[in-house]
Amino acid sequence: MVEFEPKIIGFLCNWCSYAGADLAGVSRIQYPPNIRVIRVMCSGRVDPVIVLEMFADGADGILVMGCHPGECHYLEGNLYAERRIKMLKRLIACTGLEPERLRLEWVSAAEGSRFADIVTDFTNQLKSLGPSALAGEKPDENILSCVRAAERAAGTSRLRTLVGREKKLTEEENVYGEKVAQEEFDELMEESVKEEYLRSRIYLLAKDESISIEELTKHLSADSEIVLRHIVVMKRRGLLKMDRIEGDNPLYTALEAI
Amino acid sequence: MTEEKVGAILVVGGGVAGVQAALDIADSGFKAYLIDQSPSIGGVMAKLDKTFPTNDCSMCILAPKLVEAGRHPNINLITNAEITGLNGELGNFEVKIRKRSRYINEEKCNGCGSCAQKCPVEAIDTYNKGLSDRSAIYIEYPQAVPLKYIIDREKCIGCGICQEICKPGAVEYEQEDTEATLKVGSIILAPGFESFDARLKTEYGYGRFQNVVTSIEFERILNASGPYGGLILRPSDGEIPKKIAFIQCVGSRDAQLGNNYCSAACCMYSIKEAIIANEHVPIELERTIFYMDIRAYGKEFDAYYSRAREEYGVRFVRSRVANVEEDPLTNDLFVHYVEDGEPKTEEFDMVVLSVGMRPPKNVEKLAEVLGIKLNQYKFCQTDTFSPIETSKPGIFVCGAFAAPKDIPESVVQASAAAAKATATIASERGKLITIKEYPPERDVSLEEPRIGVFICHCGINIGGIVNVPEVVEHAKKLPNVVYAEDNLYTCSQDTQVRIREKIKEFNLNRVVVAACTPRTHEPLFRETLSEAGLNSYLFEMANIRDQCSWVHMHEPEKATEKAKDLVRSVVAKTRLLETLKKPVTSVIPVGLVIGGGLSGMTAALELTRQDFEVHLVEREKELGGHLRHIYYLPGSENPHEMLKSIIKDIHENEKISVHLNTEIVNVEGYVGNFRTTIRSDGNEKQIEHGIIVVATGATEYKPTEYLYGTDARVLTQHELEENLAKDRFSAKTVVMIQCVGARTKERPNCSRICCGHAIKNALKIKEVSPETEVYVLYKDIRTYGFKEDYYREAANEGVLFIRYDDEHKPKVTQENGKLMVLAWEPILKTWFPIEMGTLALSVAVVPNHDSERLARMLKVPLTKDGFFLEAHVKLRPLDFATDGIFLCGLAHWPKLIEESISQACGAAARAATILSKKTLEVEGIVSYVDEDLCVGCGLCISLCPYGAIEKDERGIARVKEVLCKGCGTCGASCPKRAITMRQFTDEQIIAQGLAVLRGAVCG
Amino acid sequence: MSFEEPKIACFVCNWVFGEEELATSRVRKAANVNVVRVMCIGRIDPVIVLQTFMKGADGVLLVGCAPPDCHFVEGNVYAELTVNVLKKLLVLTNLEPERLELRWVSPIEEVRFAKIIKDFTEQLGKLGPSPLAREKRDVNILENVLAAKNAVTNFRLRALIGKEKELTKSVNAYGERVSCEEFNALLDEVVEEEFIRHKLLLAMKKPFSVKELAKALNMKPAVVLRHIVNMRRKGMIALDSVEGTTPLYKAVEVR
Repeated sequence: MVEFEPKIIGFLCNWCSYAGADLAGVSRIQYPPNIRVIRVMCSGRVDPVIVLEMFADGADGILVMGCHPGECHYLEGNLYAERRIKMLKRLIACTGLEPERLRLEWVSAAEGSRFADIVTDFTNQLKSLGPSALAGEKPDENILSCVRAAERAAGTSRLRTLVGREKKLTEEENVYGEKVAQEEFDELMEESVKEEYLRSRIYLLAKDESISIEELTKHLSADSEIVLRHIVVMKRRGLLKMDRIEGDNPLYTALEAI
Repeated sequence: MTEEKVGAILVVGGGVAGVQAALDIADSGFKAYLIDQSPSIGGVMAKLDKTFPTNDCSMCILAPKLVEAGRHPNINLITNAEITGLNGELGNFEVKIRKRSRYINEEKCNGCGSCAQKCPVEAIDTYNKGLSDRSAIYIEYPQAVPLKYIIDREKCIGCGICQEICKPGAVEYEQEDTEATLKVGSIILAPGFESFDARLKTEYGYGRFQNVVTSIEFERILNASGPYGGLILRPSDGEIPKKIAFIQCVGSRDAQLGNNYCSAACCMYSIKEAIIANEHVPIELERTIFYMDIRAYGKEFDAYYSRAREEYGVRFVRSRVANVEEDPLTNDLFVHYVEDGEPKTEEFDMVVLSVGMRPPKNVEKLAEVLGIKLNQYKFCQTDTFSPIETSKPGIFVCGAFAAPKDIPESVVQASAAAAKATATIASERGKLITIKEYPPERDVSLEEPRIGVFICHCGINIGGIVNVPEVVEHAKKLPNVVYAEDNLYTCSQDTQVRIREKIKEFNLNRVVVAACTPRTHEPLFRETLSEAGLNSYLFEMANIRDQCSWVHMHEPEKATEKAKDLVRSVVAKTRLLETLKKPVTSVIPVGLVIGGGLSGMTAALELTRQDFEVHLVEREKELGGHLRHIYYLPGSENPHEMLKSIIKDIHENEKISVHLNTEIVNVEGYVGNFRTTIRSDGNEKQIEHGIIVVATGATEYKPTEYLYGTDARVLTQHELEENLAKDRFSAKTVVMIQCVGARTKERPNCSRICCGHAIKNALKIKEVSPETEVYVLYKDIRTYGFKEDYYREAANEGVLFIRYDDEHKPKVTQENGKLMVLAWEPILKTWFPIEMGTLALSVAVVPNHDSERLARMLKVPLTKDGFFLEAHVKLRPLDFATDGIFLCGLAHWPKLIEESISQACGAAARAATILSKKTLEVEGIVSYVDEDLCVGCGLCISLCPYGAIEKDERGIARVKEVLCKGCGTCGASCPKRAITMRQFTDEQIIAQGLAVLRGAVCG
Repeated sequence: MSFEEPKIACFVCNWVFGEEELATSRVRKAANVNVVRVMCIGRIDPVIVLQTFMKGADGVLLVGCAPPDCHFVEGNVYAELTVNVLKKLLVLTNLEPERLELRWVSPIEEVRFAKIIKDFTEQLGKLGPSPLAREKRDVNILENVLAAKNAVTNFRLRALIGKEKELTKSVNAYGERVSCEEFNALLDEVVEEEFIRHKLLLAMKKPFSVKELAKALNMKPAVVLRHIVNMRRKGMIALDSVEGTTPLYKAVEVR
């Protein structure tokens, strides 16, 4: 059998890690040819939605690389990247895809060998992990729908706002002039990720055809009460509507976003 | 007869100072020649691993500046060259130079490096400080600018292989040295420094003991691209050391060697090396620094020093090391030193010598050729009030050649020198610069994408591994690709012509080049597009060399597959590229300087010398600030006379509008177009201007300790100075206490100027009243640079220096009218009483109470201590992150007169780079807002580090394009995904990824 | 076979003896001499000579046309240069350099040829059998010769051999003549460097530390480290791991 060759997408910031990758080349440091680099100006540019889209399309691994903390060409873009990746890992954990498939690393322009080492290590790690459930001709439909839901969740205002405000809330102060403890924030984040993920799943399940709470509960292996609570919220937000009632069961259908 | 002046400036030395000076000159409308005796620019900074106190990677922050200098249309790099003669005078110099042969045609060499791979001769690599070897044909370092090879004629045997290998035919063995004459209006000297030759300090064993290395060698050892790949190893046996000693002041503060001065940067770089070292080994490293005084006098340096001790576990031993011995069997080292009066010996695995700075080699010859004076240490002679001027009009100095200094101060001085050098020829602005004209841009917005793909063999660098013709065939089949070809060198001049022809022939409207890295080559190809009448943003590069053929040399098939993927990915993005316009804004050629002290006045005057109008706003009723309280200086200059003459210059200057008793009320607008409201006597007025210089100064700490305010004999140093100047001094015994209100828990940093101030006053006391006893109670004496001479002089005059630490602070009491101090004697370990007539407190410099208000108005940050925080403490010390606002003087950090003047001149030079332009044009890769999606939540505004986003009158986000730097963080955060980066849109990035993952270009 | 009959591999220039002459030659028939005809002795690849030693030849004799008779004009000069380098290498491998000789004969000088063989046989007799020819081969020397073989496979050494004549007899790229001493000094340096590097490379099939390598090769650790640094730069070896305070290196496998 041919050895499994993982497909890796690398998002490299222009100033440090892309330069580090170039230096690996200039120094002729050899590493496995599995990575395909997409250059961005700053690791802070890497939108969580893009990362999930890549996973949905079968990437076995994604490597986001930026400048070391304190060295960002744009002052703090790398730190925002770090917060986003943290959130993303929580989201990916919900989907059944291995969160290790996403990795964030700092590489400076002088660290050609570090770049090569990281790529080598990540490639080996992915080789032992095996192909992504979404890679190849027949992706796992279930996980795919989970990842699509995560992708949708990553696009929601709530999660994006939370990530964007994390620094201000935990390091400076909130509107009440208080500082939020990191643990407290992490809890809030964890909860929000789970909720948004579930809502996105409900939304996507209800998008194709009308669906009952019972069926949703089965699909999501979640408590029917929780599902109902989400449905209430989603109805209020204009994301769902009741389509019809079959027997005793109301069937819900998703509304196109306005 | 008045001769025309020449609108060009020669900068001598291509280190960080020279590069900064050249950039400032070229950016403000003059031509710059940048000459360096090395084959590439970058100087010492290019050899460093990290920089203090931020631990930034040195190459990461320097390389973009080098590339910018290398590509600047108005900077002419002349490397491997020296000055041989000078004629003429200010405004009209003729400089003779000799350019030594590289044996390489710089026009033809494309830096591919095939020659070095095949060169059979190895030579010692001086860039790695001799710790490794290189070939006889070489570049100094991988990021070298210019990226042109050179033959080491000493080592080369002339085998001819490189010429056979070199496809572009760049090797020219017959090339000879050439002479040339440059016509320039003024000259800036930035030749830098030499490291002290540690061999001369024989007792430390450098050159005899393999594990004794210099600090600069240690920088290379630490560096990931250095000889040991970033692992610290003992040169004797390749083992990782467990215990490293750093010995300070090697070749500095050493009267025996005739180097009495302090090298100013070594304490900090050693602390940095000690901190960083631990990250370069897999074990916990024991690091000890042997020092006399730790001179952490710069911005937030003391906080760094504290962290080294407390967080990073670096041990500090106050002792001058007597000598070092080696165990010949193990090559371990024994360090002999005296601590608290006791001789001690300690074993180490490795010893790092913190070598000081010496004037550059052959400096006497250079001084003779140019006709400038050197000081007693052979550094350039300058004065307190003219720190940038050499003894010859029209020749200026900056960087370590003026006095030992660290990187940010070199950069400050470089900008200052640029200000001075351009001011002398301000009338010639714009006369010698080249502005390239391009044909009008073709509108392609309605056309289907028609992509041309050019794939480079790079000689054998790509073609030897990747099957290029196969990649071409692959490219041809991709959607919207109408033409694809391979080139031996896509970057060569003839290929540029060819690309332009193909654009015409096939009506291409987008171009892809698959070759090396866009970091170095994208600008070249973009220009080719412009020359062909295409918008330069309709271009992308696939990196199939640095990130493909070079790193998969043993897997040609996989490398070929990868190259195809990369090309396909970039083609997918290119289909979606759009024409971008470079945002343009007009510039009001007027400056606003806030603060009428020495810095503010100097900045204002310098701006007028550049022919710009200035508003000078001062809160108080008179100009002069802090300088009004300085009555004498250790040299011969009279500060009051200088102040009077500067104030007179200001008032007589028609271009300066002085606003006294005036406050800033509001600031609106952005770079080029500020509108500021000022208030004076209750009347508000608006002024319009293009830039802002913040020169608001600082104030003196009002002590509450040591009976200040309760006993009239307790004074601050300024009060003592005034008494001395006005003949009101009579004490028999004077005690001075240093660090009052500084280096404490609340204010952890050093105020930099107080040691010098105390010594100045002590010397004055000894001058007017030689029998008066003077005691200075200190923590560290921080008389950096040439100020060390005064320290020595004071000690020679009988001033007694007694060290105290936080556990043994002096105790001041007043009993029966006697003013007493109990001082700790560290060697005898006992308290002893001194009765004194005067107690002088060296108090901290603290930020102004209203800095915060001004900072909020300007939307610029402050440090924890409350001083203004510049854009980058190393390389942008005069700028704020927000464009168009600059910083100088005490508002930045405590500093000496000459340093304030340098900063003020530098700020003026930085400002001139904007004011000299009618319009500002910036990079077209900026964010844009989809107004239909934006809900005005303001998240992006809070995330943007450049203040480039604001809300418009409808409450919707609007990008101030000239301020946007194109990072894209806003887009990745926007809750509604309403804002995105041009040239890096979500759609484009996703297309790039899908093309790789799905093996086809979709959509 | 007694040691009066050492195994000799004899490479003979095609133009010294034709096929027929050789076929009838007494030398050809001697059991201990294996004669191989080559197009020109100047074109003998040093790799082949070292391989012959590895296979257990007690001696290698190269026989070419006496100057200035070379059919390929200057082939014989190159042969001298090659042998010069090979002898330098043999010294480093601990194999006696006298086991390799280059002799000239004019065409159809069979008597002289026989004499050469005889002399060489005697010379080898004094040396005794090659340590690579015994039942139990000296594995150290075998590895040395393998390292030497890899060294001469390397571009750097071959390039220098190829350029020697041009540089020392004629002028170099700058139009200057490189003195024989200067060139020889460089050649000595490069031969030694390349030999050591290839020896290190062979040793490093499994991870090794600088100190271990120094001990195994009886060299100063500082010198080994220098080679390691340069070999890492050239991508020949890589850092494998760090054990305590000791970095271990291994050869980079070229796939």
